[in-house]
Amino acid sequence: MSTRDIVFVALFAALTAALGLFPPVTLPVVGVPITAQSMGVMLAGALAGAVRGGAALALFVVLVCAGLPLMAGGRGGLGIVMGPGGGFVLMWPVAAFVIGYLYERALGTLTVWKEVLILVLGGVVLTYAVGIPWIAAVARVDLAKAALGSAWFLPGDAVKVVLVVLIARAVRRAYPTLRAR
Amino acid sequence: MTPYVPGDSPVHRCPPGRKILLLVGAGSVLFAWPRLDLALAALGLAGLLYGMAGIPARLVLDQLRPLAWILAVLVLVQVALDGWLAGLLVAARLAALVLLAGLVTLTTRSADLIEALQRGLAWLRFVGVNPAKVGLAIALTLRFIPVLAAIAAEVREAQRARGLERSLVALTVPVVVRMLKMSDDIAAAIDARSYDPDGTDGRPPSPRTRLSKDPHVDP
Amino acid sequence: MIEIRQVGHAFGERTVLRDLTLDLSERRIAVVGANGSGKSTFARLLNGLLVPNSGTVRVDGLDTRRDGKAVRRKVGFVFQNPDNQIVLPVVAEDLAFGLKNLGLPKDEIGRRVDEALDRYDLRPLRDHPAHLLSGGQKQLLAIAGVLAMAPEAIVFDEPTTLLDLRNKRRIAQAIDALPQRAIVVSHDLAFLEHFDRVLVFEDGRVAIDDRPAVALPAYVAMMS
Repeated sequence: MSTRDIVFVALFAALTAALGLFPPVTLPVVGVPITAQSMGVMLAGALAGAVRGGAALALFVVLVCAGLPLMAGGRGGLGIVMGPGGGFVLMWPVAAFVIGYLYERALGTLTVWKEVLILVLGGVVLTYAVGIPWIAAVARVDLAKAALGSAWFLPGDAVKVVLVVLIARAVRRAYPTLRAR
Repeated sequence: MTPYVPGDSPVHRCPPGRKILLLVGAGSVLFAWPRLDLALAALGLAGLLYGMAGIPARLVLDQLRPLAWILAVLVLVQVALDGWLAGLLVAARLAALVLLAGLVTLTTRSADLIEALQRGLAWLRFVGVNPAKVGLAIALTLRFIPVLAAIAAEVREAQRARGLERSLVALTVPVVVRMLKMSDDIAAAIDARSYDPDGTDGRPPSPRTRLSKDPHVDP
Repeated sequence: MIEIRQVGHAFGERTVLRDLTLDLSERRIAVVGANGSGKSTFARLLNGLLVPNSGTVRVDGLDTRRDGKAVRRKVGFVFQNPDNQIVLPVVAEDLAFGLKNLGLPKDEIGRRVDEALDRYDLRPLRDHPAHLLSGGQKQLLAIAGVLAMAPEAIVFDEPTTLLDLRNKRRIAQAIDALPQRAIVVSHDLAFLEHFDRVLVFEDGRVAIDDRPAVALPAYVAMMS
């Protein structure tokens, strides 16, 4: 990694932490508070690419585990990973890597729908695939109940996917960062 | 940054690396043997250690508050499914782990924690990752969280003037673009101060370190 | 002595420097010019942060293309925005960053950090988070971090542009007091009046190269 890559990794880790400082928005109707933090995962993949984005989120998770209060609401520590939401958090680096990889592969031919598909795949499907069984294991409930409980967050995730597509498109126009794979 | 509570108890003096290992150990044991007596013992141990470290009760509650509603739901579900003993086990185990994790945070300076982390990550060398670079990345992250937060606050002010402060896109795009533009200067500043973890003596900084953009375009 | 020979540079389609040949040996050299005239690019050539597309830059005989690392030890660089230059979270840590990179022994690092803190009255802020410093203090910290490395010359890229009047003056005094050679890119003409030499950049070339008494009024006339 060059110095510039290290700076990118650190800045996207810092961005994910800074997004946790934005006040959470409560979705109308559903009533579940959503934080901007997991947008950091998608943005890191979409703008920093597979290796740098994945490394940024790995760094973020390591710092959270080490006890720094970087999660939304000033939370931190191994308790986060050991708690029910731990599966989601641990998947963040993988999600950023996969999103980055798919963005780099599709770079020349990106359409809005392709971006939505990539973000849903990496940012939603992949993280839920690990996050839900994790809840089931930690909380000792069956998978169906864990899935039902997690479903409350889907509308928030849908909003985030749309926002990230808009943000990533605008940023790419102003400052291209990815190289095609 | 971390709500560190200064002190000189055995808990404070225990090296950070050992504290983290003990914590991971406790978590593994509690999940490997889901038994109520073990979970309660861990909870008791946590209480004992908090007392030993002289942590005020208010801070103990602060550790548990974010989990309160999750705990309540879990206990209700467990009680309904498997009876109240199972509910108690889940609640006691989660509370014990969160309290112990919080104790590590409360009794360790973040600088010490990061140093321990860097030493703990030395094995990365064998998979081709330079621990010195990981150390720099950690330090840079901590340095730039407040910088990005300040930029975000500044952008929010500006967007408020245009009535856009509720739009996450209008807030995030300028923050990210400014961050990316900063990255050129930060990388150049690091190289300008002779940063050279690979020992590539003589050669100019790696090609991508050079300005990818025209420096005249002001950030 | 910095020798620049037939240097040209372009970013993609845009040519920013054209066929520059200069010798820089004066103690205080000012670089002025409109935005986009090539002066920031020129500044970055002097310590090898940027290697030109064509031509050579030599510092005491060392080619920036081949001996970049050695050149950067000789020539320090202070950026416009100190927030981009302060890389470690705590004041004393950041001061030690460059010194650690030089591979100095621990007690020497400690000595130089203390010296740098005292020089700019930063001692009480030693263990403070860098982001809590004022703009002027941040720029002083950035300068101190470079100065502690004891370079033979320091390049400043618009060091006072982002500061208020009081801090502009403070930074100007700090630069004046440096024992080193200084090459300063600036729009602050009053500060440059007592320099030894002024280079006026226009469209990637040096349009005027003279004493401040001659060059600065000519530059003002050129701009109006």
